[in-house]
Amino acid sequence: MIQRISKYINKESNPYPLAVYRIGFGLLVMFSIIRFWYNGWIESLYLEPGFHFSFLGFSWVKPLGIYTYFIFIICFTSALFVMLGYKYRTAIITLFLSFTYIELMDKTTYLNHYYLVSSLSFLMIFLPCASYFALDSKNKTKVPKWTIDSLKLMLLIVYLYAGLAKINSDWLINAQPLKIWLKTKYTIPIIGETLLQNNYTYYLFSWGGMLYDIFIPFLLLYSRTRFFAFIMVIVFHVLTRILFPAIGMFPVIMIFSCIIFFDNSTHKKILDLLKGIFNRDDGLKEVFTPYIHKYNRKLIPLFVSVFFLWQVLIPLRSISYPGELFWTEQGYRFSWRVMLIEKAGYTTFKIVDNSSGNSELVDNSLYLTKFQEKQMSFQPDMIIEYAHYLGDTYKKKGFKDVSVYAESYATLNGRPSQRFIDPEVDLYNEKINFKNKKWILPFKDEIKSFL
Amino acid sequence: MLKNKYFMLSVFFVVLFSCSEDNSTPDSSDNYNRVDLLSNLVNNIIIPSHQNFDDELGLFENSLNAFTDDRSLFNLEELQMQFVETYKAWQHIEMFNIGYAEEIYYASKMNIYPANVSRINENINSNNIDLDNNPNQFSAQGFPAIDYLLFGIAGDTNETILSIYTQDQQNNLTLNYLTILTQKMITNTDSVIDYWEQNKDDFINSSGNTSSSSLNMLANDFVYYYEKGLRANKIGIPAGVWSGEYPDKVEAYFKGDISKLLTLEALEACDKFFRGIHFNGQTDGEGLYDYLAYLDDTNYSDSSMFIGLQDDITSSFDNSVEKVNSLNDNFSTQILTENIKMLEAFDVIQQGVVRLKTNMLSILGISVDYYDADGD
Repeated sequence: MIQRISKYINKESNPYPLAVYRIGFGLLVMFSIIRFWYNGWIESLYLEPGFHFSFLGFSWVKPLGIYTYFIFIICFTSALFVMLGYKYRTAIITLFLSFTYIELMDKTTYLNHYYLVSSLSFLMIFLPCASYFALDSKNKTKVPKWTIDSLKLMLLIVYLYAGLAKINSDWLINAQPLKIWLKTKYTIPIIGETLLQNNYTYYLFSWGGMLYDIFIPFLLLYSRTRFFAFIMVIVFHVLTRILFPAIGMFPVIMIFSCIIFFDNSTHKKILDLLKGIFNRDDGLKEVFTPYIHKYNRKLIPLFVSVFFLWQVLIPLRSISYPGELFWTEQGYRFSWRVMLIEKAGYTTFKIVDNSSGNSELVDNSLYLTKFQEKQMSFQPDMIIEYAHYLGDTYKKKGFKDVSVYAESYATLNGRPSQRFIDPEVDLYNEKINFKNKKWILPFKDEIKSFL
Repeated sequence: MLKNKYFMLSVFFVVLFSCSEDNSTPDSSDNYNRVDLLSNLVNNIIIPSHQNFDDELGLFENSLNAFTDDRSLFNLEELQMQFVETYKAWQHIEMFNIGYAEEIYYASKMNIYPANVSRINENINSNNIDLDNNPNQFSAQGFPAIDYLLFGIAGDTNETILSIYTQDQQNNLTLNYLTILTQKMITNTDSVIDYWEQNKDDFINSSGNTSSSSLNMLANDFVYYYEKGLRANKIGIPAGVWSGEYPDKVEAYFKGDISKLLTLEALEACDKFFRGIHFNGQTDGEGLYDYLAYLDDTNYSDSSMFIGLQDDITSSFDNSVEKVNSLNDNFSTQILTENIKMLEAFDVIQQGVVRLKTNMLSILGISVDYYDADGD
């Protein structure tokens, strides 16, 4: 066994796939940053709000006022360097840090594919992506085969967990939330008024989506089904883009990333094409020398194994919490649970000054943007963080012995709204931690699920 | 092998295509016609209610002219009565803060209360007032200002009020200001009605599902009005839900005994709009009620807890009417004597807000933002 592992670690491959991945990844991050900036989101998401929702343990990560733009410039520049393969290791570390910093600034904007970009850029720190077709590369060397496979493994984890999460009774038996979402997509040409109004369609898409997510990584791994699988990847992600324009960069990132599954010759063709465009094709046949290990050749694979252990375990952490996951959302993020719930809430807060008995309801719009209020209203960890912020704010305003109570209702996947947070619990008195949030009222229905 | 691939590919597409063929044809008659819905809301509710308001405003102007010519107690009381009628008619259109109305801050110019009395008194003696563009002047015009001029400007009796208007027959500054405010309300209302007349076809045919399409704007504005204009302004703020009690912040504070009447009128307007009931008469056309009934066919195994969102919402309106009916005609009095009943009414109306803001907006698929989302 150990022998087989060490044999696998020593296996080498031509560096083409890593080069293609590095270039494409850099480009996509650059494009994402430009798009984000162009849409005015830096302003509206990070500069305008007076309060930001933090991830537990990362409350020190905040927007830096007008300097927030510099973080985006740093991120963009590092992505450019990554694409060019210039000072690659420094560039990819900077890319990882700056991109992750941006994502940690405000929890409101959490998206799974941002987490994917963070995860990939972290992984790429350990991969020799700039050993070929890069400004850095001096001598042409091969790369360890596991470095290419690690990217495939990352994608496999994403797809597989996304697929397994779809094995639940709302998704498969009620075809929710697709039923709610697709019914209102009547403006999409041709299918909007026909296909998308049909009950069978919701089931077809629900089941199809689940099967796609679970099987596509394996169909991509197997050479005989790879081409067909890649066509499926394109069809599937283009379809999601048409149906859900708001998913932004996600389809592009996934379609591009799946190219990694193709073999060396395909990647060489892509690079030859690029060389042709830039007139860099010298027409010589390339000879690669063995990879030069800077560190102990087992050290880096060990690091990467720990990273993957994290990737496998983190999505499973929800098992350790009681109650319905979609309702409490304890362990919902960082788990590749995508498009699973249509949830909306209405949450207001009552601040009580226990010394005088005075109380006040809070007008959320004084402290939160519309987007923040919407997201906070149905996510318990945001509700308690905001409740603490309100408690602190009212203390400063002169309230003594402050209690904060939530008047909160939420609806999940089309169910009638029910009370969400225990109105009797003083949230200001509850600690913000990873322990089970007992003040979330139990979900009055049951969703059966695999994970 | 290559052939094999293309074969599989074509099978995939054939399957996909044939599924869509099979399924779409027989059921296409189910589709909801959103143009019918919008057409009903615009032609049978929005425009008639605006016209009705305009008519009442015209009658108010007539009464004002009569009063200007002959400042008798009788004419003052006629004018006061017509004020109440006009205010009632207003309750049916305040929620349509869309398009031109939104652009010119129509609702703000008509009904921001409490009235800013000191500014009104300043304005009476000034001949250089910008009622159109200065937001500070919003609370010195419209219904709350006229409420003050007709009911609160001097003493508690109509005789004392009349004395203000009879002081200087030729150039009575208070009457001048009342006339200016009335004219302003008429010109603003006329321009809003013009907008609706000119744009109704575009509005009805903009049946898309973006945040700027007609149905979404109407639904959003409706929810916003129900939460803010009705629940907060009429009940919550004066009852001190957010901070201390403010019995002077009720609607029509100086007239006093119509705050309940106006709230009931507004609730009726919301209920009729939601159901799609024509403004003139009782014909029940297409409304959000019907659209939700179409969208919301979700049925869970535990159907005991599921009565259908549309009925849930109308029953919350009914509960609100019942609760508000139990209050004093004058909310000021209610707050000063037994505020707990105001707070209870607030809680009942709140149930409607919860349903509208969570369930209805969720099911209508309306987004409040323009950011990327991956379905959480």
